[in-house]
Amino acid sequence: MEVAIAKGTVYEALRAGGMSRRAFLQACAAIGAALALPPGSGRAIAQALTRTPRPSVIWLSFQECTGCTESLSRAHAPTLESLIFDMISLDYHHTLQAAAGAAAEEARREAMAANHGRYILIVDGSLPVGQPAYSTIAGISNLAMLQEAAAGAAAVIAVGSCAAFGGLPGAAPNPTGAVPISAVVRNRPLVTLPGCPPIGAVIAGTLAHFLTFGRLPECDPLGRPRVFYGETIHDRCYRRPFYDRGLFADTFDDEGARQGWCLYKLGCKGPTTYNACATLKWNGGVSFPIQSGHGCLGCSQPDFWDGGGFYRAAALPFGPLTGTAGIAAAAGLATGTAMAVANRKKRAAAKRAHQPITVADLEKSPGAQP
Amino acid sequence: MNMTSIALLAWVRGPGFHIALAIFCLGLVWRLIEIYSLGRDPHLAAPRHRAGASGWWTILRRSRPSAEHESMVSYLSGYTFHIGLILTFFFFAPHIELLRRATGFAWPALPTPLVDAAAAITVVALGVMLTSRLLDPVKRFLSVTEDYLTWALTLAPVVTGYLCFHHLGFSYTTLLALHLASVEVLMVCMPFTKLIHFVTLFPSRWMNGDHFGRTGVAS
Repeated sequence: MEVAIAKGTVYEALRAGGMSRRAFLQACAAIGAALALPPGSGRAIAQALTRTPRPSVIWLSFQECTGCTESLSRAHAPTLESLIFDMISLDYHHTLQAAAGAAAEEARREAMAANHGRYILIVDGSLPVGQPAYSTIAGISNLAMLQEAAAGAAAVIAVGSCAAFGGLPGAAPNPTGAVPISAVVRNRPLVTLPGCPPIGAVIAGTLAHFLTFGRLPECDPLGRPRVFYGETIHDRCYRRPFYDRGLFADTFDDEGARQGWCLYKLGCKGPTTYNACATLKWNGGVSFPIQSGHGCLGCSQPDFWDGGGFYRAAALPFGPLTGTAGIAAAAGLATGTAMAVANRKKRAAAKRAHQPITVADLEKSPGAQP
Repeated sequence: MNMTSIALLAWVRGPGFHIALAIFCLGLVWRLIEIYSLGRDPHLAAPRHRAGASGWWTILRRSRPSAEHESMVSYLSGYTFHIGLILTFFFFAPHIELLRRATGFAWPALPTPLVDAAAAITVVALGVMLTSRLLDPVKRFLSVTEDYLTWALTLAPVVTGYLCFHHLGFSYTTLLALHLASVEVLMVCMPFTKLIHFVTLFPSRWMNGDHFGRTGVAS
């Protein structure tokens, strides 16, 4: 079967798709801005993309909901997100490819062989290493497929919180034994782009960085590009001044909510969440969850499903406190009573054992002066 | 930031907080019952003033500055850090939210910059207290390990909370975990150290005053 091997440069592919040179330069400038690069970087990106061959991309989907792909492919207008599919030669993707069954797997293998050591591996979804049978593709376990594909990849991009941290499949009690991609991919360049789903521009920016500079962007200890995940939602939130002034919405329909006050009390996880939602925003920069009136869920943080409830404030303890306090107080009551009884017995015993000493006793004691 | 800080935050928000709360409640009830059950010998003398008046007067008298007993440094910094602690703990919005969830009671928060300033002043006042304790030969002589321990236990939540709010030094997740952990250590130690004075301070002053009000000692 004929496999679409990457041919031509990124620029040629974009032009073939109908993009003008002006639009191309604008897109490069936008990517540079998204990556927080210096103003002149757009030209450097344009030059790089003009001479960089379109990379072959193998996109593997494991335990996931396809939300990441939906997020990327549903852009209505030409955006950075839509550029992704023009910048790359997408040689394997369950949801988007036309081929199916054995033909699809054959296409994947041929693309991997033809671009060994040069293709980019994008993975969404977590790996069920505890129970591999929960997720297989063409009879191949997710783990085996990832190990095979990662061996020849130039770089691996873990897209979405499932691939990055285990996500929903990894939430307690984690019935499939789900692990993130980083638990398996250890000897290839790996970047994680968490989010449920991640921002499309973040994926586009990371790809553009790799194509332009030949390496993945600088990452934090969780493997997230610092340029996108370097600050908390809270620090960049337009509602932050209300937090500082102590003005909060207490319910979703009170005066505070109508006034657009801080959603901390309603469980907003902005203070503990590192992502670019408050700056890049969604749907072409239209809005982001907090702007729409709902607190941040903290979806780009590990184990955000198990964070004690979406509507409980970020620093609040989990579980029913009253129960713990009540049981402990009852135990304290019992202990205190027992100690009180013991103390009384001790005092009573001391009182019984007390023998008064008279002057005569003192005079009888050894060494006493006659 | 790494997985360790996230795991630590999850632990201090979950099992850690429940363990600390349980020890705090258990210890507090236990110690109060034990103290109360110690009892006092019955007063044989009639009070020199109206019954109980000497107790209330002693609470007041020992709460106001007295040049003959203590230095103004102790009074000023002592009052400053106590008031700062109260403002910081009871009037910072996230703290009120915690208390609301724990007790069902809530009240309006102070503007965050005010609480922020109160926390900073508290740290300075606690620093002055320690310096005074170390420089004054009498205070230094009287100080035991518990005095320094309780000082550190009191300071730690304020400092970590301040760093957390300003994102200084470590990631917010790490600092929030450390802040909650320091509060939990404080909760565990409160009933079993002199920090229990947060409950016993005024009752013990009242009892002392009432006792002296029935003896020859003027109070």
